[in-house]
Amino acid sequence: MAAYHGKNWDLIKNGIISENTIFKLVLSLCPAIAVTNSLRNGFLMGVAVMFVQTMVNITVSLLKNFIHPKIRIPVFMLIISGWVTVTDMSMAAFAPDAYKQMGLYIQLIVAFASIFARAEMFASKNKVVHSMFDGIGMGLGFLFALVAISFFRELLGKGTLWGVPVIDAKPLLIMVLPAGGFLAVGILMAAFNWMNKRYMVSK
Amino acid sequence: MGSEFGKMLELFISASIVNNFVFTRFLGLCIFFGVSRKMETAAGMSVTFTAVMMVSAALSWVVFNYVMVPLEITFLKIVIFIGIVAGFVQVSDTIMRKVAPGLYYKLGIYLALISTNCIILAVPLINAGEHYSFLQSIAFGLGSGVGFAIALLIMASIREKIEIADVPGPFKGSPIAFVVTGLLALAFAGFSGLITL
Repeated sequence: MAAYHGKNWDLIKNGIISENTIFKLVLSLCPAIAVTNSLRNGFLMGVAVMFVQTMVNITVSLLKNFIHPKIRIPVFMLIISGWVTVTDMSMAAFAPDAYKQMGLYIQLIVAFASIFARAEMFASKNKVVHSMFDGIGMGLGFLFALVAISFFRELLGKGTLWGVPVIDAKPLLIMVLPAGGFLAVGILMAAFNWMNKRYMVSK
Repeated sequence: MGSEFGKMLELFISASIVNNFVFTRFLGLCIFFGVSRKMETAAGMSVTFTAVMMVSAALSWVVFNYVMVPLEITFLKIVIFIGIVAGFVQVSDTIMRKVAPGLYYKLGIYLALISTNCIILAVPLINAGEHYSFLQSIAFGLGSGVGFAIALLIMASIREKIEIADVPGPFKGSPIAFVVTGLLALAFAGFSGLITL
């Protein structure tokens, strides 16, 4: 493990910063807006996606020598939907309250372009350990984006964080409404672009 | 029969305007932001989407109620619905190429794109979850498609104008599209309460 350390870290950094699914690639947006009106939901969704992405990457990487290239797309779909079903059923069992609000979006992880893309572009060509770290990195990037979005939306919209009251007012009620989701993502994305530019230039 | 028709109409309006997929349920956003740059592609996409959505809603209703429920394999619905949609898209792709090559050149590329889109998959999943009847499922599928088309066309016409506008640096590209969508969603929020299901 130690020998791979530097490279694995790069993989994780890549997933969080340079290829951040939401802010950079602008993919898999549906849940990014749908479930981020509270920090808890955003966090749970991020964890679910991270789990699916990592497990799919590991499975694809393990099976890469047995999958005929011509039928790889249906096989990848099967692997992904298998893991999504696992996540869906465990969510329903362990977090029934959250599942009631976001069950549909958990099931729709299966249609994430980003998960499929990573399986196709990375996991099907690389070693298991690298694929696992790539999955973790992409998942962490997604988790980071969801937590950032839902942090601002819950704080500004409800004045709470993780359901705990933080400030005594509801400064911007619009943030928890659907419209606020789009606005929050747009503004955060602009901030992310701006910081990236600053960072690149100063380096 | 009268109440069945009324329910269908209600579902149609609810799915297309009040609970618009893009603005209140946040589905199909990747496609929404991806193809709304040009009016022409947006129009082609909306036609294809509506057709595929309606047919896949009908097909998956039949499979769900006559195959999956009797066999008690409803927990496999994610896998099976993906299979149905992808299979149907593949079949219509092949048929269209042979029968209507002109139409295929116009709409073919969109067909390939939508097979694994979340909005297409969401319609059968919601239909199964809500236990709609066959006709209601079709009305819901059609309504969702029309709603998506409305959203896409509005967005495309706005983005054609944004292209030539002077947008602050960091907001260029996707961020400004999100802010515009936010404002549109706010406008669509005005419809809420029109129909409560």
